[in-house]
Amino acid sequence: MLSAASDGVLAVDAAPNPWFDPSYVTRNWHTIVGLLGEHVRLTVGAVVLGALIALPLALLARRSRYLAGPVLGLSTLIYTIPSLAMFAFLAPITRLSATTVLIGLVLYSLVILVRNFLAGLQAVPADVREAARGMGYGPGRLLWQVDLPLALPSMMAGLRIATVSTVALVTVGVIVGHGGLGQLITGGFAANFYRAEIVTGSVGCVLLALLADLLLAGVERLLTPWSRRAAA
Amino acid sequence: MRVWQGAVVYLNDPFNWTRANGILDLLVQHVTISAVAVLAAMVIAIPIGVLLGHTGRGGGFPVALSNVSRAVPTLALLTLFAVTPIGFGPRATTIALAVFAIPPILTNTYVGFRGVDRDVVEASRAMGLSERQVIVQAELPLAAPLLMTGVRTAAVQVVATATLAALVAGGGLGRIINLGFGQQDYGVVLAGAILVAALAVLTELVLSVASWALSPGEKRLPVLHGRSAPAAGPDHRAVGVAPL
Repeated sequence: MLSAASDGVLAVDAAPNPWFDPSYVTRNWHTIVGLLGEHVRLTVGAVVLGALIALPLALLARRSRYLAGPVLGLSTLIYTIPSLAMFAFLAPITRLSATTVLIGLVLYSLVILVRNFLAGLQAVPADVREAARGMGYGPGRLLWQVDLPLALPSMMAGLRIATVSTVALVTVGVIVGHGGLGQLITGGFAANFYRAEIVTGSVGCVLLALLADLLLAGVERLLTPWSRRAAA
Repeated sequence: MRVWQGAVVYLNDPFNWTRANGILDLLVQHVTISAVAVLAAMVIAIPIGVLLGHTGRGGGFPVALSNVSRAVPTLALLTLFAVTPIGFGPRATTIALAVFAIPPILTNTYVGFRGVDRDVVEASRAMGLSERQVIVQAELPLAAPLLMTGVRTAAVQVVATATLAALVAGGGLGRIINLGFGQQDYGVVLAGAILVAALAVLTELVLSVASWALSPGEKRLPVLHGRSAPAAGPDHRAVGVAPL
């Protein structure tokens, strides 16, 4: 034992441990797809729930400066708390479940979304809203046909940032055993520094984030046909 | 409630603070690793940012870098560096953290120098300042608030991220959280969470005050304005960072 160590050759170095190994992916396809599914579910859940909570908050915050201050201050505080600590705060309540991860991720995406939604809504010109009201638009129609379309670019920018950050953050969920592809990263580390597994998890995360970003960019294009016309 | 009691008991035991690998040891590790990482990132990022901002070339690079870095999980980079020949330990952690600290510093330095009024640069050149003097005496003071925002953002992010080193056998306060989960002792988990969150918030506050005190010109209370990112196109949050 000692002599092997003093020669500087450990079993881990002697065995081939390639960074990329396609056979690892094919052999463990089912595990990878399962974890990928969890990763996607957590990300979509966090961003959708975050957006559903962020929109009313942003609308409220726009109404008065007294509400905007606390909303933004609280979101800065949440943003400052490290993710591992966030999951650790939640774990005593929700234990080792995916719910722990989901709640933490919702809080972070919420923070990003509230700020962007608010910025988008505040950028809607007051005279446009005035004009719409003068034309007899009710509050619902005003929101749906004037505010949201005009705030859309900023809101979509927020959604894209929140989604990409969330994809990366899901990995920290490994602390409660629900880290999606992050499970491969720590799993490979625990399995004698198995590089192929670690790289598969890492590359999978990055690809997923880029794919999600592209998808949302496509959605944004579809939703804002007028900006394409203006650019052309 | 039992969990909170457990956390209070853990934090109240002086032995937990002073023993080897206790809270104080881990805190020193945490702060040292973070400080070295931020300094290394500053040494690399600030000159590049100054150069790009001063010349006005390659502006897409900092923005692209910070967008891409958002997609890379910190945990992935920490683990990848730990399984290279560098080996796991403080050195791998520091390098990984420095890599993540570069984009916010670079972007904010670039935006700060780019945003300096061209007339001011023009005027200082006309007054006979050399390029070097233009950078140091004219542009730097005007770009300083943003530069410091970048450093503060990076530092808070690094302090937060250093927690994750515990997941790959690194040091720092994250160890306490990891240990608590390992022992299924939620009191310890909570105690760790409190310590880590307190350190992060404290870092943010201290650096806010420091950058406020160091910034030339009109003084505004920093805390009230939060970590405001400068507006730069529709993606105006590009300068901020993801929580880690």
